Amino acid sequence: MAEEVKLFGSWASPYTSRVKVVLKLKGIEYENVEEDLSNKSPLLLKYNPIHKKVPVFLHHGKPIAESLIIIEYIDETWKHNPILPIDPYDRAMARFWAKFIDEKIQPAVWKTLLAGENEREAAIEEAHQLLKTLERELNGKKFFGGESLGFLDVAGNVVVWLEVSQEALGMNLLDKEKFPILHEWCQRVLDDDAFKQVMPPKEKLLAFTRARFEAFLGPK
Amino acid sequence: MGEEVKLFRTWSSPFALRIVWALKIKGIEYETVFEDLSNKSPLLLQYNPVHKKVPILVHNGRPIAESLVILEYIDETWKQGPLLPKDPYERAMARFWAKFGDDKVLTSIWSVFIKQGKEQEEALVATMENLKFLEEEMKGKKFFGGERIGYVDLALGCLANLISIFEEIVGLKIVDEEKLPLFYSWMQNFAEAPIIRDNWPPRDKMIVKFQALLDAAIASSSSS
Repeated sequence: MAEEVKLFGSWASPYTSRVKVVLKLKGIEYENVEEDLSNKSPLLLKYNPIHKKVPVFLHHGKPIAESLIIIEYIDETWKHNPILPIDPYDRAMARFWAKFIDEKIQPAVWKTLLAGENEREAAIEEAHQLLKTLERELNGKKFFGGESLGFLDVAGNVVVWLEVSQEALGMNLLDKEKFPILHEWCQRVLDDDAFKQVMPPKEKLLAFTRARFEAFLGPK
Repeated sequence: MGEEVKLFRTWSSPFALRIVWALKIKGIEYETVFEDLSNKSPLLLQYNPVHKKVPILVHNGRPIAESLVILEYIDETWKQGPLLPKDPYERAMARFWAKFGDDKVLTSIWSVFIKQGKEQEEALVATMENLKFLEEEMKGKKFFGGERIGYVDLALGCLANLISIFEEIVGLKIVDEEKLPLFYSWMQNFAEAPIIRDNWPPRDKMIVKFQALLDAAIASSSSS
């Protein structure tokens, strides 16, 4: 029985990438629809009229938006190789830290990019504190999920993407001297089979990042 | 079998109210610890060092913060009176609407309340757009959860009380019964539902509190 599984996304979106990693980890076949975010398709706008963003996941014709919500749906629908922990408390912790990444770390990183001369130091300090707080959660584990990639490692892909792409921004926010544990975790994630297959090539990502932020960075 | 359930809250926090409702709907015994956010207790700081906020649920000594995360934990731990639907797609939709509520709806309504002039006008427009989506979602349903109050109702529920308080203080209509009839009815039905109606914070205290917040915001924006 063929199940209609489609993913509307962009190769340059880490949020799309989160869903792709999970689909890879569970070995789920799907049709990839690559969106041009400067020219969004009528289908994307139909399936995500509220946010008009990627990723959008389509299963049996029913659309779901928001990467972490999509991942929870996938985990509940294809029950093998669970992404979220089994224990309710551990699940709560995974959800808490994923929220922390999206609602605290991501905006703080953006702030350092957009900050003027006067605010940059303070913005960097804030981002550092938040990254340190996340790093402590690894607590001697190989991955946030334990022995293998779990929900929080997938949600943490934005941190991995930051590590890879920060040189294109002339930044060293995730300094491996300051964050040795987080740095090692990034390397383990980048080395993971499923993650490797889904991660865009480094040069492509750097070029895209450079071009995208040219407007904010100004002449160097 | 004794289970220790504690809820750290303030008397007015709308996010803590979500947890009060969930615990009462499921008939879970719990102890309330009221916090004064201007003088946070060592326990609060110990249990939520990252955000230093309420609500915090402590179950058998283990703390959980972030109200929507707490709601899911409660639903997975105590199976009576389920808050989330069974079907994975319906669950995804419930999570989507709750997130939309927090990220967009509550923020735009707060802006209508706290901002002035052009910013307030823009916030009203945004609010109308956001509420129209919720209006659409209410078609054919008494509550967002269907016949019974569910996760989305609890997530949005504080609006059933706060909107009228904001309207009274700023003298603006935020939810027009004619323009948003289904959402308006939902606010009435939710506010008057058993358990919900018995747990609203005192209205006069809320008016005083939010008036003070608005006065402070106006004062600081005119002095800059």
